[in-house]
Amino acid sequence: MSLAGYEIEVERVAGTGLATEAMTLNMGPQHPSTHGVLRFVVKADGEVMLEAIPDVGYLHRSIEKISEKVGYHGFMPYTDRVDYVAAMFCNQGWAMVCERLAGLEVPKRAEYCRVIAAELNRIASHLLSVGTMVLDIGAATPFFHAIREREKINDLLEELCGARLTFNYMRIGGVAWDLPPGYAEKCLAFLDQFEPLIDEYNDLITNNKIYVERLADVAVITAAEAVNYNLVGPNLRGSGVQYDVRRGEPYSVYPELEFDIPVGGGEVGTVGDCFDRYIVRIREMQQSIKILRQCFKQIPNGPVIAKVPRKFKPPAGDAYIRVESARGDMGWYTVSDGTEFPYRCHVRTGSFSAMSILDKASRGLMIADLVAVISSLDIVAPEVDR
Amino acid sequence: MDATAIHQRLSARFGNQVGECDSQAKDPAIAVLPEAIVPVCEFLKTEPELAFDALSNESGVDYKARGVIQVVYHLYSYRHRHKIVLKVDAPRDRPVIPTVESVWKAANWLEREIYDLLGVTFAGHCDLRRLLMPEDWVGYPLRKDFVEPEEYHGISTRRESLIK
Repeated sequence: MSLAGYEIEVERVAGTGLATEAMTLNMGPQHPSTHGVLRFVVKADGEVMLEAIPDVGYLHRSIEKISEKVGYHGFMPYTDRVDYVAAMFCNQGWAMVCERLAGLEVPKRAEYCRVIAAELNRIASHLLSVGTMVLDIGAATPFFHAIREREKINDLLEELCGARLTFNYMRIGGVAWDLPPGYAEKCLAFLDQFEPLIDEYNDLITNNKIYVERLADVAVITAAEAVNYNLVGPNLRGSGVQYDVRRGEPYSVYPELEFDIPVGGGEVGTVGDCFDRYIVRIREMQQSIKILRQCFKQIPNGPVIAKVPRKFKPPAGDAYIRVESARGDMGWYTVSDGTEFPYRCHVRTGSFSAMSILDKASRGLMIADLVAVISSLDIVAPEVDR
Repeated sequence: MDATAIHQRLSARFGNQVGECDSQAKDPAIAVLPEAIVPVCEFLKTEPELAFDALSNESGVDYKARGVIQVVYHLYSYRHRHKIVLKVDAPRDRPVIPTVESVWKAANWLEREIYDLLGVTFAGHCDLRRLLMPEDWVGYPLRKDFVEPEEYHGISTRRESLIK
């Protein structure tokens, strides 16, 4: 097989006169490190990847088609399945796009409840992302530490909405229930206990030489590339672009809250490498803690849901809403034709664009690096396939 | 820059290839003729005052009653923090729209998805294959007149109701 046309120069076996041949490898659909049904068709010369073409669609369930059949209220539990580890953001996006179509005003307390739920979920999602990333690279212990803390958040979210995975708390016009009694104290106790642990994680993994060597300078995505491929969230910020939907296009009560937007700075390698995407997530957890503390201080009393008719019929028109999910800017485009059922709904997710850059980002790397690249981009398979 | 100003810039440059600006909508949208979409997008991206450097979303909508499939482009500018929506109508029986992949790489997968689910052909696309559905799938699931097939490779898609 000819290797002409590839940008990568592959080193030949010197002195032997042996020609090497590109080999096609299937990684997935069932592979321990793809965290879901994901398949890559890898063309490799020895251990160097020449191509890594993602083959998606194994989990496609036509969520968008379902939305046209079940109505606005009925679609809410389906949105959880778009991103099952960060379901609160899908809830929020769907609720917000419906509210925008109908021109509904959400009570202040409900907005705070939403932010509390979302930020707890962001920490849980980032913990899972960071934990599995370390696991994929070969260290098991930090993963268990991360999962242990995530379980505590799951307890908190379970108390809020009854679910431990596909969280479903938000409704069109507000949230399902008020916070349970004593919820603020429980959350704050968790945050007090969790915050110093982040420094411990940093001691354990962030400054670990082996870990850094595996991630620094690997799969560098420049800021221009990231914008061109429309990478979003921590992946975009890892490339050094200081953009966050919570600040760029403020929604909910985020303008009233104080927090920073961490960006990758190439501390151990180049800006936009795997390490930068990892460290951005660690720092975002610290910012989420900050947001949560402010929320519990500022939350006003009042109703948690607006008056929404059971037969929810927004006027004809279309709207596009973006929320900052754990995997970045999640876009909901919905067309209403004035009936009880959405005419069309399209979800644009962070993993989708992350998946499309994977082939480009992984060319010329070793096969073992592919695992690091996938987990550094934090891809959740159902979010790509929907 | 707001939608009316962007529309004025576009009209001055492209004349009647750019249609009406629906500035009353929730997200103001500008109609564009299919043949003009690539130069319009290039203009929107390269003009320093517009600088739409990101294609946030691209979706297809099947308007069966009007006989068109509409492709909707949501653009965003990180530099100026402004946004605009472009809408392109293509006839439903033969929808062909030039690809904007040369302007934003993000269009590559988004257009493959629209091709897969709505059957819009993007002329000039480098890799127009099905993305989410199997390669041998017949029909376009998000079209309004799509009928779910009875079976796929001998596997029935019908299931008896669990509720008697």
